[in-house]
Amino acid sequence: MTTEPRKILAISSGGGHWVQMLRVLPAFEGHEVVLATVDEAYGVDAPGYELRVIPDANRWNKWALLKSAWAIFRLLRSERPDVVLSTGAAPGFFALRMGRLLGARTIWLDSIANAEKLSLSGERIGPHADLWLTQWPHLAREDGPAHRGATL
Amino acid sequence: MSILVTVGAQVPFERLVDAVDAWAREAGRDDVFAQVGETTSPPKHIAYEPFLTPAQLLARVQAADLIVGHAGMGTIITALQHGKPIIVMPRSSALGEHRNEHQLATAERFAERGAVTYAKDEADLAAWLGRMDSIQAAPKISSSASPELIRAVRDFVADSPVRRRST
Repeated sequence: MTTEPRKILAISSGGGHWVQMLRVLPAFEGHEVVLATVDEAYGVDAPGYELRVIPDANRWNKWALLKSAWAIFRLLRSERPDVVLSTGAAPGFFALRMGRLLGARTIWLDSIANAEKLSLSGERIGPHADLWLTQWPHLAREDGPAHRGATL
Repeated sequence: MSILVTVGAQVPFERLVDAVDAWAREAGRDDVFAQVGETTSPPKHIAYEPFLTPAQLLARVQAADLIVGHAGMGTIITALQHGKPIIVMPRSSALGEHRNEHQLATAERFAERGAVTYAKDEADLAAWLGRMDSIQAAPKISSSASPELIRAVRDFVADSPVRRRST
């Protein structure tokens, strides 16, 4: 098995998305990891990691969406990650879609907060995620996300 | 005792903060601090701040004996990682407090697992606060996701090709 380090971009919004993403970081041991989220103050939660800040956005503010998407595009161009992972929300959706077009493999881990159904981003990202995951076994589907454990 | 109330980094949750404020006044408590968001009707009795930086929040969580929060995953996971007992009251989209009812589902499912104490409304919350000594913290969780998830992600990364990068 090859052990050459991959470059990982792990990107999320703040709050619960960020807290869940941190819990996945042990999976990247031995690789080069760049984190991206919406406030540099979150850096205190991830000492020793490189952190990039991107503008937050949600689907109710089109201008913010555009600014966020542009910043993520530039981030992807400069970092050229081999793998992009996100726990949501909108910024992660963009990062996976653009990241894949730029040649990265992608992981979507839908937030554990979505216990009844997938998030809107999480549903729409399906065709663009090489690994499409829900944290709830009952939400896994043949034509949808798989369940491979949870952040808790 | 030290009680930390938190509504998360996005929007205020006056129904929660007001319920704790009223209880604290009646019970004569001066050991309650609330992070309330950008609100036009802040609490009258308890100490508060609109927002805390992640570092300030961490310090408050570490010092708290009990956390009272909305049913947001950031709040719940933080409480579990620090082994703190937590009461959650879900935001209701019917009351305009959130875009959908997912906090209700979160609260129910985590309460079933014994990870949180679930207060369905303000009266329920006041009742729980009145017998907070009976609320136990769930076993403290590690800082890592489940081994199955870690393995799935690690294997995926190992199977991903290394791209040629210009320097």
